[in-house]
Amino acid sequence: MKRRDFLKLAGAVSMAGCASAVPSRARVVVIGGGFGGATAAKYLRLWDPSIDVVLVERENAFTSCPISNLVLAGYSSMQEISHGYDALRRHGVQVVNDEAVAIDATKKTVRLGRGGDIAYERLIVSPGVDFNFGEVQGYETAMNAGRVLHAWRAGPQTLALRTQLEQMRDGGVYVLSIPQAPYRCPPGPYERASMVAAYFKQAKPRSKVLVLDANPDVTSKAGLFKAAWKDLYPGILEYRGNAKAVGIDAASSTVKLEVEDVKGDVLNVIPPQRAGNIAQQAGLITTNNRWCDVDWRTMESKAAPGVHVLGDATLSAPAMPKSASMANNHAKIAAAAIVEILGGRTPAPMQILNTCYSFVSQKEAIRVSSVHAWDEKDRTLKALPGGGVSAARSEAEGTYAWSWARTIWADSFG
Amino acid sequence: MKFLILAAATLAVFPAFPSFAQDVQGRNLAAGCAICHGTEGRAVTRDVVPLAGLPKEHIVTQMKAFRDGTRPATVMHQIAKGYSDSQIDALAAWFAAQKR
Repeated sequence: MKRRDFLKLAGAVSMAGCASAVPSRARVVVIGGGFGGATAAKYLRLWDPSIDVVLVERENAFTSCPISNLVLAGYSSMQEISHGYDALRRHGVQVVNDEAVAIDATKKTVRLGRGGDIAYERLIVSPGVDFNFGEVQGYETAMNAGRVLHAWRAGPQTLALRTQLEQMRDGGVYVLSIPQAPYRCPPGPYERASMVAAYFKQAKPRSKVLVLDANPDVTSKAGLFKAAWKDLYPGILEYRGNAKAVGIDAASSTVKLEVEDVKGDVLNVIPPQRAGNIAQQAGLITTNNRWCDVDWRTMESKAAPGVHVLGDATLSAPAMPKSASMANNHAKIAAAAIVEILGGRTPAPMQILNTCYSFVSQKEAIRVSSVHAWDEKDRTLKALPGGGVSAARSEAEGTYAWSWARTIWADSFG
Repeated sequence: MKFLILAAATLAVFPAFPSFAQDVQGRNLAAGCAICHGTEGRAVTRDVVPLAGLPKEHIVTQMKAFRDGTRPATVMHQIAKGYSDSQIDALAAWFAAQKR
């Protein structure tokens, strides 16, 4: 923790459990500084500057999953996808560089890894995903030996995977294994397959991309991805559906499927996922031991009053992807609702929208968009008619994809 | 004159007072647009239209043209279908009132 953060927070930490010392300004604590948490912190300050906002984040900077697949191909850099928190500080957010290790929803406090509790009026938990490594036998052993990567949380593994691809011999096989849906970023694995194929085509043309999908078919923008693969990467990219990874053997560099074993030079196995560890630890997971159900009018947890859960960790509403655009929009629902609740008013349901771009070559992209509105009868957000995908892959969509990335980075972290 | 002074005083005391329901509805609808058009409609790139400070009628006309297909688009023809006339009115009024 930086010294000035500590000094500012000293009052907050000592106050826990001492009701008479609660300040007149309501405090909202946000756990997790990704697309959900950072956006919530910023928009709370924009929409009600009287609210005291504390963001607890264990990293010094955020590394964006969107565009990280382009880093694998050499079309972007780690620097370009990294975003610090200084802009949030300028919005008046207190950024605490520490890990939230426990939540007491009765006392309304968050315990920090380096000691001390922070008291809150409302808590936002935006923990992203953690991995169920145990569902793929031998995963952690192989990962610790450097023989398998997920790179499904952008950061050191992104760079490590880029390095493995660069070092792989021409004629080698890159194996990408996709877990059963739901997982973070439905089109992300197919974009990754495309980016690695684009890199091979240009730098190692005898190499192969082998996609092993636990799902029966491509789960997002299927027609557009398959057309791109057929046109751009024939003989390089092979796709197999119903191919679920159940184990990894590091010694033989093999991914074990239910019926066969597949050898590869670079193994990129994306494990099954669930809401991030703090959500699990705090009892916010409600469904399938994986996801956190929420009231979609406020993002308030169905398990803990006063606690709002955002982003990939939520039990997604029907036809709602786990995407950066959605996490950013969840944050705005939570921020608007909390401003209303703290002001003694009743929040009205919000209408939100999703737009996800995927690159299929260095310059061409494809897209899916949808608008989601509250359905009073079914008490959830539902996709409205009218949404859809790109007419075809194009460089124009590629330009808009970059524009979207730069803009959502600025909207969430700027 | 008295009215103007009173208006100015009201603005000073209640900057963007959140309980103006119409304002909040417009603000909340507009917030979704920010992922492509920038926070409060202030564009980050030259590839999208900056919505902050655009005349309300212009935004209304364009959204309806996207919605009924008379203005071709890569994405807005799909997005616009999710918004009713009154929602378009509310978000357009909110964007029109923002600083460029």
